[in-house]
Amino acid sequence: MNNNIIAPENLVYQKSSLVKDNVMHYCPGCNHGTVHRMIAEVIEEMGMQDNTLCACPVGCAVFLYKYIDVDTVESAHGRAPAIATAMKRLHPDKLVFTYQGDGDLSAIGAGETLHACNRGENIAIIFINNAIYGMTGGQMSPSTLEGMKTSTCPYGRDVALNGYPMKIANVLAELEGTCYVTRQSVHTAAAVRKTKKAIRKAFENSMAGKGTSIVEIVAACNAGWKMSPHEAHLWLEENMFPFYQLGDIKDK
Amino acid sequence: MEEVRLLKGNEAIALAAIRCGADGYFGYPITPQSEIMETLMAEKPWETTGMVCLQAESEVASIYMVFGGAACGKRVMTSSSSPGVSLMQEGISFLSGADLPALIVNVQRGGPGLGTIQPSQSDYFQATKGGGHGDYHLIVLAPYSVQEMADFVDLAFTLAFRYRMPAMILSDGMIGQMMEKVVLPPFKPRATDQEIEQSCPWALRGKAHSRGQRIASSLELDPAIMEKQNVERQERYALVQEREVRCEEYCCEDAEYLFVAFGSCARLCQKSVELLRAEGIKAGLLRPITLWPFPSRILERYASQVRRMLCVELNSGQMIEDVRLAVNGRVPVVHYGRMGGVVPTPEEIVEELKKSL
Repeated sequence: MNNNIIAPENLVYQKSSLVKDNVMHYCPGCNHGTVHRMIAEVIEEMGMQDNTLCACPVGCAVFLYKYIDVDTVESAHGRAPAIATAMKRLHPDKLVFTYQGDGDLSAIGAGETLHACNRGENIAIIFINNAIYGMTGGQMSPSTLEGMKTSTCPYGRDVALNGYPMKIANVLAELEGTCYVTRQSVHTAAAVRKTKKAIRKAFENSMAGKGTSIVEIVAACNAGWKMSPHEAHLWLEENMFPFYQLGDIKDK
Repeated sequence: MEEVRLLKGNEAIALAAIRCGADGYFGYPITPQSEIMETLMAEKPWETTGMVCLQAESEVASIYMVFGGAACGKRVMTSSSSPGVSLMQEGISFLSGADLPALIVNVQRGGPGLGTIQPSQSDYFQATKGGGHGDYHLIVLAPYSVQEMADFVDLAFTLAFRYRMPAMILSDGMIGQMMEKVVLPPFKPRATDQEIEQSCPWALRGKAHSRGQRIASSLELDPAIMEKQNVERQERYALVQEREVRCEEYCCEDAEYLFVAFGSCARLCQKSVELLRAEGIKAGLLRPITLWPFPSRILERYASQVRRMLCVELNSGQMIEDVRLAVNGRVPVVHYGRMGGVVPTPEEIVEELKKSL
């Protein structure tokens, strides 16, 4: 048996050629890196590496273009769906996707998201929901769970004061313009594989002109949640999944 | 063959956009400029030139749709009126920070706030001094006729692409709504993908993998690099100021009294000059066509020739600050302005000049 691990015949895994070599700024334990890798893999597997436009958000994924080798617009906070709308309409032959967090998509960009989905823009929206504003230091977002502590609700989210956690994906699924709305996670290897399939389906829908696809990924933000990566993933399972239930919400 | 039509200023903008090879229009309805989008939707240019037209959900969405198109090197535009243009300021700042060309049309109405739907020039400061956050300028063109509404669309796009910065047509409800004879510009085809690739080597074309990644961004966290980008931008602005000043001098050679006015007010002042000259008073009009870059050097020349300058504006006195800076105290500069949507008559302007004699 050849024990040379560098030998091509022993290669079992290789990073996508779309994943750049820059050191990621994400905190250890963060889920963004995993999702980035899957997006890169799907684009490459679809043979779309020279045919893709991305609108990345304001939030932790603001530097997405440093890690995924696609032509990218660095959007203003919440405006990625409007930017993607124009890019797709002016370049109908290209794969156009946005990558947005819960603050970006469901708070400041709720209007742009809702209307892009309602128009049925042929774009894919990758939505990372970790129930917190990660980049600015862990403030409450629309999807922060009831009772969950953040830097702007230090005693826990009080629905009388802050309203209720928002299941924005369910709202978007109600719109005629969306064709595929799914809620996934990346906390286990099996979940990662399912999420990758969902991303592929969303991208294929976009290219087939079926309307807007949304892949919500319920993710851990251990730094913002002030937990170890392991604790954060347990907390995710115990607290986030019962409210943000995984699975397809709409598939038409 | 030349096509001559009787058109509203707003309609002229729309037809000129289709004819000058615009790739996209994104807008939101607001009086007194809604005819721009209405005309485009009636013309259905997507069936002829392939131009994309879309009614957005807000002015905020409109300007970011423009951002998306501009990032791809496309000739894209939006139009609005004062309150809507205020909403767009974040996006205009982002376009400026990302060095992207685009066209924004502001058919001004009186303000502040919801204000009125009648004409005004009270967005002069906003248009010429930046408008949103950060150090930036727009190229600002001020049409004074329906013909110029048509002609300035292609000019604004050309300048915006030449200097990689947004351009604005600063009009008002009077020029937008009035009807005049217009010679429509000839049809110019939209740029092909190949032409965009050649003329806009920065444009996002989705080909990161084979020819290197392109990013449209206004973000840079390293202050040293950010300063460098700002310095480069200011150097470009200096070039624009050197090369792109446009103004019209009307009866200025022997003028003793000089009106300085732009857009609709310049139109009124033209008549006032005629009325004054009929009475033997040597009046002239200097009409800035580019409000930024401002024709400071040309104005300066008249400081030693004329006895007085009268700035006529539909505001409380905005452009007058630039006029005073240009002449630097060498000649008295007085202001006559109406606000809140009131437009003076040429006779009222004549009386105002006589008051200052």
